[in-house]
Amino acid sequence: MSELKSIKTLKDIPRKEQFAPGHRLCAGCGIPQLVRFTLKAVPDPKIVVNATSCLEVASTIFPYTAWKIPWIHNAFENSAATASGIEAAFRALEKKKGIKKPKIIVFAGDGGTFDIGMQALSGALERGHDFIYICYDNEAYMNTGIQRSGATPKGAATTTSPAGRVIPGKQERKKDLIGIAIAHGIRYAATMNPAYPVDMYNKIVKAASIKGPVVLHYFTPCPTGWYFDPSLSIEVARLAVQTRLWPLYEYEDGKYKINIMVRRPKPIEDYFKLQRRFAHLLRPENKWLLDDIKKDIEENWKRLLRLAGIEA
Amino acid sequence: MGEIMVRVYAPIARPTIGSVGKTGIWRSVKPVVNYDKCINCYLCWMYCPEGCIDIIDDMVRIDYDYCKGCGICSNVCPVKAIEMVREE
Repeated sequence: MSELKSIKTLKDIPRKEQFAPGHRLCAGCGIPQLVRFTLKAVPDPKIVVNATSCLEVASTIFPYTAWKIPWIHNAFENSAATASGIEAAFRALEKKKGIKKPKIIVFAGDGGTFDIGMQALSGALERGHDFIYICYDNEAYMNTGIQRSGATPKGAATTTSPAGRVIPGKQERKKDLIGIAIAHGIRYAATMNPAYPVDMYNKIVKAASIKGPVVLHYFTPCPTGWYFDPSLSIEVARLAVQTRLWPLYEYEDGKYKINIMVRRPKPIEDYFKLQRRFAHLLRPENKWLLDDIKKDIEENWKRLLRLAGIEA
Repeated sequence: MGEIMVRVYAPIARPTIGSVGKTGIWRSVKPVVNYDKCINCYLCWMYCPEGCIDIIDDMVRIDYDYCKGCGICSNVCPVKAIEMVREE
């Protein structure tokens, strides 16, 4: 059984797997890595609440399931509400019968968090239930056919925001989920990336050790929806961090900390040219949008440095 | 007050590997480990999204029944010991 302790190298990651292979997630998907690491990092007993998402439809095909732990499925909008209910029930059982309260983990996609589940999440954070909320962000509704979501970044082409001559992809910015979560006065929130597994593991361990709601935001490369070769999944994830597009930072008790300091960022074009959803941005007529995105990334990085108390 | 036992018959999904069958049939290219080159860093085990790389006797073993052939292991290998071979 895994214990709650942070690790320094990859060799310390527990070997036990609680997410079985042979599920229906695409080759090269980033989600199963998050699930494997989460189930390794959080000690038993634990309960997983899963909103409708890629993960849910792919891992539990009746009469079988890929999960070796208690798991509950619910609709898009109420994963945080279900987790609140489970937590409250176990709080009562703990008081009455002395049953040990399990850790409750919620997995929801970006559609189920940014758009549809936001209200339930906000309520659960406000009530202060003890659970870990993990949003895996593949930046569109991939399960239903790549529709635009609140998490789709500026400039990305999806089936409902296609790149045409007049409007090149989505024109709006992505929501700041961590910012919204912190505004509720929670104690811990962090961003994670599959290319930095030790950092990811330690953040999950820290999240499990904190009493109260925790929000983790995970970057998932999606070969199907972003149109790149599945073998480049980790490369794409790493480039997102190295171009400062996806800063890895955490917030704990009022303090921000940047975990991976990117001193010399790579050009954002390196990240864009791997994916077909951004192919139109590299054409000369869309240079204004590319410059706009670069400005946004720069501003966001400066904001984080300011929050972390580091002079730019 | 005595407790009453109620037996409920409900459809319950069983945890199993291969919940949708052998996903190895999805594969068009297959990773093959060259054990002479392998330095046992276990990066492939860790990055494998499928979780189908096991460590047996300190050596990585790929479970071809479930490997979907994404090629991530070949890409993250620091000594390029994993080669992607076209399936026959």
